[in-house]
Amino acid sequence: MSPILKLVVQRLALGVLLLLAASVLIFVGTEILPGDVASAILGQGATEQALANLRIELGLNDPPVTRYFNWLFGVLQGDLGVSLSNRRDIAEAMSVRLSNTLFLAFWAAIIAVPLAILLGLVAVRYEGRWPDKVVSGATLATISIPEFLLGYIAMYFLAVQYRIFPSVANINASMSLGDKLNAIALPVLVLVLVVLGHMMRMTRAAILNVMQSAYVETAELKGLRSFTIIWRHAFPNAIAPVVNVVMINLAYLVVGVVVVEVVFVYPGMGQYLVDHVAKRDIPVVQACGLVFAAVYIGLNLVADIVSILANPRLRHPK
Amino acid sequence: MRMPLSAMIGLFFTALYFLAAIFADFIAPYGMAEIVGGVWDPISREHWLGTDNIGRDLLTRMIYGGQTTIFVATMATLLSFSLGSVLGFTAAVIGGWVDQALSRFVDLLMSIPSLIFALVVLSVMPVTVLVLVLVMGILDSTRVFRLSRAVAVDITVMDYVEAARLRGEGNVWIIFREILPNALSPLVAEMGLRFIFAILFISTLSFLGLGVQPPLADWGGIVRENREGIVYGIPAALVPAFAIATLAISVNLVADWVLTRTTSLKGGRGG
Amino acid sequence: MAETLLEVKNLRIEATAYPPGEPPQEIVIVHDCSFTLEKGRVLGLIGESGAGKSTIGLSAMSYGRGGVRLTGGEVRLNGREIRSAGPGVLRSVRGREVTYVAQSAAAAFNPAKRLMEQVIEATLHHGLMGRAEAEKRAVDLFRQLDLPEPESFGRRYPHQVSGGQLQRAMTALALCPKPDLVVFDEPTTALDVTTQIDVLAAIKRAIQETGVAALYITHDLAVVAQVSDEIMVLRHGRMVEHGTTRQIIEDPQEDYTRALVSVRSIEHEEKASAAPILTVEGVTARYTGLARDVLSEITVEIAPGQTLAVVGESGSGKSTLARAITGLLPPTAGKISFAGRTLTPKLEDRPREDLRELQMIYQMADVAMNPRQTVKTIIGRPLEFYFGLRGRARDERIQELLDEIELGKGFADRYPAELSGGQKQRVCIARALAAKPKLIICDEVTSALDPLVADGILKLLLKLQKDEDVAYLFITHDLATVRAIADSIAVMYQGKVVRYGPKSQVLSPPFDAYTDLLLASVPEMRLGWLEEVIENRRMESAGN
Repeated sequence: MSPILKLVVQRLALGVLLLLAASVLIFVGTEILPGDVASAILGQGATEQALANLRIELGLNDPPVTRYFNWLFGVLQGDLGVSLSNRRDIAEAMSVRLSNTLFLAFWAAIIAVPLAILLGLVAVRYEGRWPDKVVSGATLATISIPEFLLGYIAMYFLAVQYRIFPSVANINASMSLGDKLNAIALPVLVLVLVVLGHMMRMTRAAILNVMQSAYVETAELKGLRSFTIIWRHAFPNAIAPVVNVVMINLAYLVVGVVVVEVVFVYPGMGQYLVDHVAKRDIPVVQACGLVFAAVYIGLNLVADIVSILANPRLRHPK
Repeated sequence: MRMPLSAMIGLFFTALYFLAAIFADFIAPYGMAEIVGGVWDPISREHWLGTDNIGRDLLTRMIYGGQTTIFVATMATLLSFSLGSVLGFTAAVIGGWVDQALSRFVDLLMSIPSLIFALVVLSVMPVTVLVLVLVMGILDSTRVFRLSRAVAVDITVMDYVEAARLRGEGNVWIIFREILPNALSPLVAEMGLRFIFAILFISTLSFLGLGVQPPLADWGGIVRENREGIVYGIPAALVPAFAIATLAISVNLVADWVLTRTTSLKGGRGG
Repeated sequence: MAETLLEVKNLRIEATAYPPGEPPQEIVIVHDCSFTLEKGRVLGLIGESGAGKSTIGLSAMSYGRGGVRLTGGEVRLNGREIRSAGPGVLRSVRGREVTYVAQSAAAAFNPAKRLMEQVIEATLHHGLMGRAEAEKRAVDLFRQLDLPEPESFGRRYPHQVSGGQLQRAMTALALCPKPDLVVFDEPTTALDVTTQIDVLAAIKRAIQETGVAALYITHDLAVVAQVSDEIMVLRHGRMVEHGTTRQIIEDPQEDYTRALVSVRSIEHEEKASAAPILTVEGVTARYTGLARDVLSEITVEIAPGQTLAVVGESGSGKSTLARAITGLLPPTAGKISFAGRTLTPKLEDRPREDLRELQMIYQMADVAMNPRQTVKTIIGRPLEFYFGLRGRARDERIQELLDEIELGKGFADRYPAELSGGQKQRVCIARALAAKPKLIICDEVTSALDPLVADGILKLLLKLQKDEDVAYLFITHDLATVRAIADSIAVMYQGKVVRYGPKSQVLSPPFDAYTDLLLASVPEMRLGWLEEVIENRRMESAGN
């Protein structure tokens, strides 16, 4: 096996292992309560009978290891269990929600990624001058402003004061794409703002790092034009770090989605998770936690693999 | 050295918010849960920021809310810091399997986004201030761990640490006399960032209804209480959100200044 | 009179410094520098670090690295003023009339592109040749520079060839567009001494055969004497002396130049052998996870108050030997005895007395001292730790030690950042001395220092050896240093001691093959040395 393939396979195996470990962690996370889970769910006034029933339903009488493996094998077969609060099949309820969230995240990413890379390049081109300062100022602002402030400001001005977009982003399967896009305009706007700052700053740093390397100086001393230098010498070496930046920020976007969905009452995974945390609906929370962790780990994995593939030392071994 | 304007502004607002939090009982015009007016009364001489969704004075709520938010965030930061830096330094100095075990466990904790993991845990835990501080502090300590371990590893490979080892010094001397003085400036700046993160984290949890529970006020919770007003054009929910943002930016400005100040003491790298 | 190629007049170069805690300041790096270079001639620029030699070299391309600005005077290349020229003119000059060979070719080549692509890029860009012709020229240059498999060499990526080959490929890159002038910026400094000589010879031949003019920048006068026609000596951004190579080497006019030429003039009589204080017997060591031993069966000894020099190139295991003796890397086999006791392999298990009597001084004094401690703390800690000295007694002893290392009063309260390179190394010596050791391991203690400063340190070490009767294990790659201070010598190669004995014996024939190569590779400060070595080698290989 070529060394590069070996590394990629290794990294994939590591990803699977990490996901397994994460599933253990999520499971343990819902077990660490000192005392009885059933009474925590049902509260003080629950009858003995109701508690006993719930324990049987949750399988609380089994040892935790057995329960974990039962849960894990269920998950591997696509069975995420049944919601405690409304008795619905979780996998079924979640599939609609997940596709809604991915729809939202997709449009946010499609706008944010090219914009961030472009602005990052502009900041590098005008390093130390005003466009660069605007970028660092914007970064400072966006890492300090909570997502819900951006959300409510957008809602207050664009939906309530000027009525350009709807304030509540409700979508369903019967809507046309145009209607859907109109409905999610505000949440997409907010998500873009949320990740843009980080992504610009990190893109800027990644490209600056490449531009300050000795081989770029060599290219300059060959009398090449700036554009040629960037295109031929800087760009091939900047791909890996920039892809890394993008992936890390998309992972970040997955988290931002939770708050933004709640702000705009959007029927996605985040809203679903938050609702069921409040209801202490443990099977749903576990399932959602696992899906979020899987997406997060998956994106980081992609970043790692791109770095491996882009590394000339690995692509052309000695 | 002269203090730059940005740092002065940052320091001013940070101090303002902290003082308001400490002296909340003396400066709040009304009681924390006291209903003193109508629903969402506009700004008036009696109510400088108007009233909230059930007729409480918004300024009073803001002052007490700030107290809760800053207290919880400070506690969580202190916890994450002491836990993360002690473990990080220990891992770097001892190395070997201790380092491996701690580092892999931190990798694992960081493989799940903090907010998601906090929600998972809070779905079974009783939501009290203590639990919130513990959950936030522990989750956030992973980042402090990584930073302090990285900084300490950079320092432990220095010849002066080796020289101390060859002299026969123990781990306590090495950690406190050789490593810590050189790790301080990045850690102090990191403390500012961790505090901001804690402020945003607790506010987000409260905003989602899973943080500080009513009737106790905190900024994220006030946003949640008043969010319905937005649709009717009542900006009460923006006030606490704005406070969160200004506090975060101010702390950031101060942390930036501290970082440039302390690193410059070491002297430039020279060319 | 030959035609003038490069004319530099009253050149002034400035940069912005950012002193800690103060507003940025404009500083002048090069003051009023003037010289001319005729076509086909080689001018060596020599000086210590910070002398401004690289900056002047790059000014021939009208290039300022990292915020350095050429603020005054003229740089005329082929009669055209380029110091103040616009970017269009500079682009047409760079890579065509003048090219550049960087110190670290490993960093200067783009890791993502094949060598051929990069070597012919400037030639194609300036439209000097077609692709086929350029590639043919590149292959010719590869052959001329003794690169392996010249036909296919260009298809490799930078990481697929060795450091010495990469440096030659960089020379090919610079020569490919047939420039009038090449700026060589310390092209052999990063290489091992036995590799350096090959690269040096290849560069010299390429310069002669192409008839190109060159600016050759280095800190090593012996190296520059081999390749250049003229030498300009620089110090603190000012020209000290400029003359033909013969005049500079054989008849230097200025004190500074004389000092540079006579460096390593220390005479040290070899001492008679005696009962050893340190005995290393059959020591073998390897790093965890590594398949082969980094040290195999090392056996050496040091007599009290004497110096054992351990010489070798990077990777020879000489620093690892120090780690094995100090217990940082416990040996897998063998025995180390010190002052009549057997040393336990691991540092942690050694009694304090063993630690005290065995001290170490490092190459980089910068990182060997905690930047947050004052000189007083640095020197005072061993006094406190080993002897329990406190208060007045400690302060007095600190002052004594400072006097011994020839630093005056006021130094005790300074931080390392406030000391010069040589002063830092002196403080490190004082720290070792404070423990009253019987043996000090000196790991390349002079190689990061400028020659004159290094000389001072060596003299100090010899004086201290006489006064304190301390033995040294002196690790170095520099044979001149070895000649200066050793009583006995161990030559290391690939983890083994290939030659060992008293200095007089090790340095006289008959030699083993490696020692012969090593000795022959050290540049000597006289004209024609390189030619002699090359000629000898050619004859040897013809004889085989």
